[in-house]
Formats: sequence, structure tokens, C-alpha cells
Amino acid sequence: MPDIYLDNNATTKVDSAVVDAMIPFFTEQFGNPSSIHRFADGVAKAIKKARSQVQELIGAEHDSEIIFTSCGTESDSTAILSAIKAQPNRKEIITTAVEHPAILNLVDNLEKEGYTIHRMPVDKCGRLNLEAYKNLLSDQVAIVSVMWANNETGTIFPVVEMAEMANAAGVMFHTDAVQAVGKIPMMLQDTKIDMLSISGHKLHAPKGIGVLYLRRGTRYRPLLRGGHQERGRRAGTENTASIVGLGKACELAIEHMEYENVQVKAMRDRLEQGIVAAIPHCFITGDLNNRLPNTTDIAFEYIEGEAILMLLNKAGIAASSGSACTSGSLEPSHVMRAMDIPYTAAHGTIRFSFSRYNSMSEVDEVLKVMPSIVATLRKLSPYWDSINNEPVADPEQAFQPTYA
Amino acid sequence: MWDYSDKVKDHFFNPKNAGAVEGANAIGEVGSISCGDALRLTLKVNEDSEIIEDAGFQTFGCGSAIASSSVLTEIIKGLTLDDALKVTNQDIAAELDGLPPEKMHCSVMGREALQAAVANYRGEEWKDDHEEGALVCKCFAIDAVMIEEMVWANKLRTVEDVTNFTKAGGGCAACHEDIEAILEKVLKERGETFDPSAAPIEKVEAKVEKKPLTNLQRIKKIEEVIMSFRPQLMADGGDVELVEVIGNTAYVNMTGACSGCQMSSMTIAGIQQRLMEVMAEFIKVVPASQMPAAELVNIKEAGHA
Repeated sequence: MPDIYLDNNATTKVDSAVVDAMIPFFTEQFGNPSSIHRFADGVAKAIKKARSQVQELIGAEHDSEIIFTSCGTESDSTAILSAIKAQPNRKEIITTAVEHPAILNLVDNLEKEGYTIHRMPVDKCGRLNLEAYKNLLSDQVAIVSVMWANNETGTIFPVVEMAEMANAAGVMFHTDAVQAVGKIPMMLQDTKIDMLSISGHKLHAPKGIGVLYLRRGTRYRPLLRGGHQERGRRAGTENTASIVGLGKACELAIEHMEYENVQVKAMRDRLEQGIVAAIPHCFITGDLNNRLPNTTDIAFEYIEGEAILMLLNKAGIAASSGSACTSGSLEPSHVMRAMDIPYTAAHGTIRFSFSRYNSMSEVDEVLKVMPSIVATLRKLSPYWDSINNEPVADPEQAFQPTYA
Repeated sequence: MWDYSDKVKDHFFNPKNAGAVEGANAIGEVGSISCGDALRLTLKVNEDSEIIEDAGFQTFGCGSAIASSSVLTEIIKGLTLDDALKVTNQDIAAELDGLPPEKMHCSVMGREALQAAVANYRGEEWKDDHEEGALVCKCFAIDAVMIEEMVWANKLRTVEDVTNFTKAGGGCAACHEDIEAILEKVLKERGETFDPSAAPIEKVEAKVEKKPLTNLQRIKKIEEVIMSFRPQLMADGGDVELVEVIGNTAYVNMTGACSGCQMSSMTIAGIQQRLMEVMAEFIKVVPASQMPAAELVNIKEAGHA
């Protein structure tokens, strides 16, 4: 088992205070919050408290704008499907080429059903062109869905500004804020964002709990119909213990926000500066001036990501890769392709994502092993000249496969 | 993380024969940096005996690509070129105690590099049948291009047809939606509409004989099934004939356009699938060229029982 966990954008450790808050809702407080007897009382109150804890973290105006769901994916699907059902005459959706598969696979499917999908491209740093965005907005667009922060590079999109522009054009705006919530401050009541997705397990709450923020007055069609839970906007008996856990995690996130942005960021910065200084032919991807404080995505040229991860894992370090070979497809990460990262680097990207549970000594441990890991794999690579310790000149030409 | 065998991990963490062989006289290069896998295999071949005296690899790729390359060099060292060419990608995977289905292409890359290296030594031109399609069926490592070609070539209409002819979709069924999309696309190009409830083509009802068949009856039945494939193959300028049945193996000759066709192994797989359905027993279909010479002599002992 790895000792150093640097894959917090995949999932986080559940905070022990969160676990403590949850336990009574498996044991003593097991009532169904919808019941009218005394077993339900405390449970219903706990859900109400959790709702206000989420409300405070994201700065929502009303606690009734918080709908508990099962995960970020459900929140994303609910938002987009609600928007198109509520506005059947609008047949266009605007999103980006670098969204999470929760959005991309959904819109791919909607495209097959006849919707026009505008997938906005990004530049080499992963940034959007707002002028082009403005031109896409029209009364044909049912919804704009743009992630707040990218899960691979941490790049932050200007969603507050984009929501203003959508609002001015009379278009609904949703943001998948799964990676951003709890890491950067937000005050939704001062924005024009209509819907926002949260996933509990990205902020030290358990897996299997999410939130859809739904601004009061936004036209809405539920994904799950049935009982009257969540004011009829998401049927199904509440996942009480997880809701309580998510509430507690939001409270803790407010407490630790400054730590995330100062100490956690300092660890991240030390790691990437150390790697870039020690290892030739590697670079950081994404918008370096506008990133989540906990994320770095580094491309190691001429080697492949899964192989790096296996050697890191052997050294007791857990990270993640956008490499194709971790997913079984042939294409590298769609995010790297969208940023036009050359193939010599796109297959060798490693994401290190931190949390408040990491330490500087862990960073030093990674810095100790990383250069030899990269050197080991480059020694095996046909694109690396081991004698002169440099890439072969013009790798595509030097290597002449029998078929191209 | 993939569930790699200890042997895969061992070959990855302690690769054998890494680097280029000094004085190599055979080089095989396959893959490319864009597809994320590339292998350069260098061999030192004894020019008198054609024995591979040394082999080295340089691989850009994931853990199993590096392990497959490493184990390949171990397998082929000491073999003659002819014997080395008999090494299949399954042999490479088996030597590693198996690979995850999604990673079988790593073993294919090893075999292709070997073929390319031998061709290079012999001054021949080597053409692979590797396609760069998206992997559709992860259980059997079958890509979109192969499925499309099979749908075209065999006029397939349903997901069941595709599974019967390519094995794609015969495992976890997660790719059925993608297979339907391919069917929709190809049928549209053919001016037809995809109908998910259409009957599978030329459905041969499984006839489970109550009484055991005599040798002659059994061979006749096998021939009957193989004959049913002929019109379709002849339409494409090819043909097939049954040469021999030994135990549970049927040896066939692929002729005309089918001989040397890139898709002939898929056609054979389709015949095998159909035979198994009809005969309700395990039957292997193998090109007659692979029939062991010894079996021809000892045909009586070879188990017609």
C-alpha cells in the first residue's frame, strides 16, 4: 500500500470528524426523515443543518437551493437534462472540450438525439476564448455547462463572468464545480450561476453523496420522480449519514480554506519546482497563473504515464495519469489533446493532487525518487538517446515503424 | 491499477535485454509515439544457422508493453527465425501468466515487431494488419475498424452477428451500445436501417443430436457447415475447403482472395463459432498449413474415436 497519497483529485480521505458526525446516523438516529414520529425528528434536523452547512460553503442565498443527490455525475446529468426538458424548443448546448466524462459522455449522447453541441476548444494553456463564447450564446441554447476547475490540470475557468454573459443572453448556466468546491472561495448569491454540481468525496466526505445547487426561480425538471423528498426535486429516501457527513465536511472546508491556499499550495509549488529543476524535458500543463492550489499536472516527455505510476507505486507514492494506458484506449487524455500537448509529452503526464493531509516531507520523498524513475524509463525508450542522455533528434523520423 | 500477474511486474521492474543489441542485423519497429506504444526490436542472427543469438528491445509504453517486450526477447533467444515466427501473441501473454484483456494489444505489438524484424533480416517487405481504430470490445481487444470491416464483408445486421463473427461483445456486453452505433453507421452507408430486433443473418439452428454421431456423420456435418460459408466467401473472390478433421480440430484451406487476406483469421473464427453452435461441442478450426506432418502419417491413431 502506498504511504504517500497524492491523488486527491480522484478521491480524498474521509475526515475523522466527518466519520464521527456520521456514525450516530447508522446506529441511534436511524429514523426515516420523512416519518412523523420521534425517530425522525433528529434526523430531519440533521439534514437541515447539513443543508445550511453546504449553503454557507458555496455562499448560496437560500438553504432550499441545496438538493442532495448521489454524486457529482447525477448532479451534472440532472442539471443538463432538466434544462433541455424545461425548454424543449432550445436544441443547442454549449460546453468545453475539456469537461469531465460526466458531461462529455452525456452531451455525446444528446448529440445522437439531435442536439447541437458546441464544445469550446482551449488554447495551449487550457484557456477559453470568451469572445468566441459570446458568439455562441443565442436563444437556441438550452444550457451552458462549463467546469469551474479542470480535474487534470486544475485550470480555473472564469465561470462567474461566463454566467453573467449567459444570463445577459437569456441562457441558463451550469458549472461542474466538483474540483473547485472547498478549495477556492465562492459566493454564489453574488453570481448568475443557475446550477452547480458538488461531489462529497472530493472534499473529505464519503463517496456516494453529491449536491445540485439550484438557484431559486430556475426552471427545473427532476431526474428522479417519486416521493416528495428534497421538495419533490429529487425523489428517494435521503442518504442521511452521508448528507450529515457532507455537511460536516463543508464546515471543515471553510475552516481549512486558507490552509489549502497557503500551505497546501506551498507543497504543490515546491514539488513542481523541484521536479522541473531536477528533470530535463518535463513541463507543467495548464494555466499556471490560474489554477487550483492543490493540483499540478506534469508532462514527462518520451515516456509513458502508466509505467511512471507503477514505479511511483513501488516507491510508495500514489498519483495519477492522464495516459491512455490507464484507461485502455489508445488516445491520451482528451484534456491534453485539447491543449494540443505534443504526443511526445501527452502520454507521459502525471497529476499530483494534494490535500491538507500531506506534508512537506512527503514532497521531499517524491523529489528524491522522481529523477531516477524518469531516467529508468527513458533508458528503455526508443525515443531517448541513452548515450548522450537526450531525446533522439526528431523522434518521429528517427523511429521508422513498418507501418505508419 | 491493472491486475497484473507477478510475472508482468517482474519483467517490468527487472526488464531483460533492454537496449539495442550491438551489431544487430535485424531490426523491427512497430507502433508510434502518437498511439502511445512503440517497440524497436533488435536481433543478432547467426547467418549460417539463422539462430537468434541475441535480442534487445527499446519500448515506449505502459508497464505491460515493457513486460511483453522483455519476455519476447527471452522467448526468442536461441530459436531459429522460422521457429521464432511461430511465436504468437498468445504465447507472449501466456509466458507472462496472462495480460488483462485491454492490454492484449501489447503482446500483439511484440509479435508484430518480431515479424517486422525477420522481414527486415530477409529483405522482405512486411505489412501488418494492425489498425488504429478505437478499442470497442475490451474483453477480446477488438477495435472499431475490424468490426466495421466485418460488418461490411459479411453483411452483418445485428449485435449478435457481430459477436458471432468477431467475438466482440461476447464478454461483458458493455460495448453493445458502441457496436450498435457501428452497425447504424455502416448500414446507413449501405442504404439500410439498423433494426435491433432483426433476426441474425443465416441463423443456423443449433441441432443437438440425441444419438452420438459416427465419424462419417460427424465429418459430413462439419463439411455441411463449412459449405454454408462458401457462397459468401466466393462472392468476395475467395473460398474454403475442409481438408481433415482430427479429434476436435478441423483443418481448412482458405483459397482465392481468402488466402492471405488480412481478415482470414476472423473468417476462420466465424466458421469455428458456427461449427460449435451446430455441433454443440468444442471445435477448433485451423488452417491446413498448420496440420502437423506426423498426424498425416499416424492418422489412424490420431483419435477419430
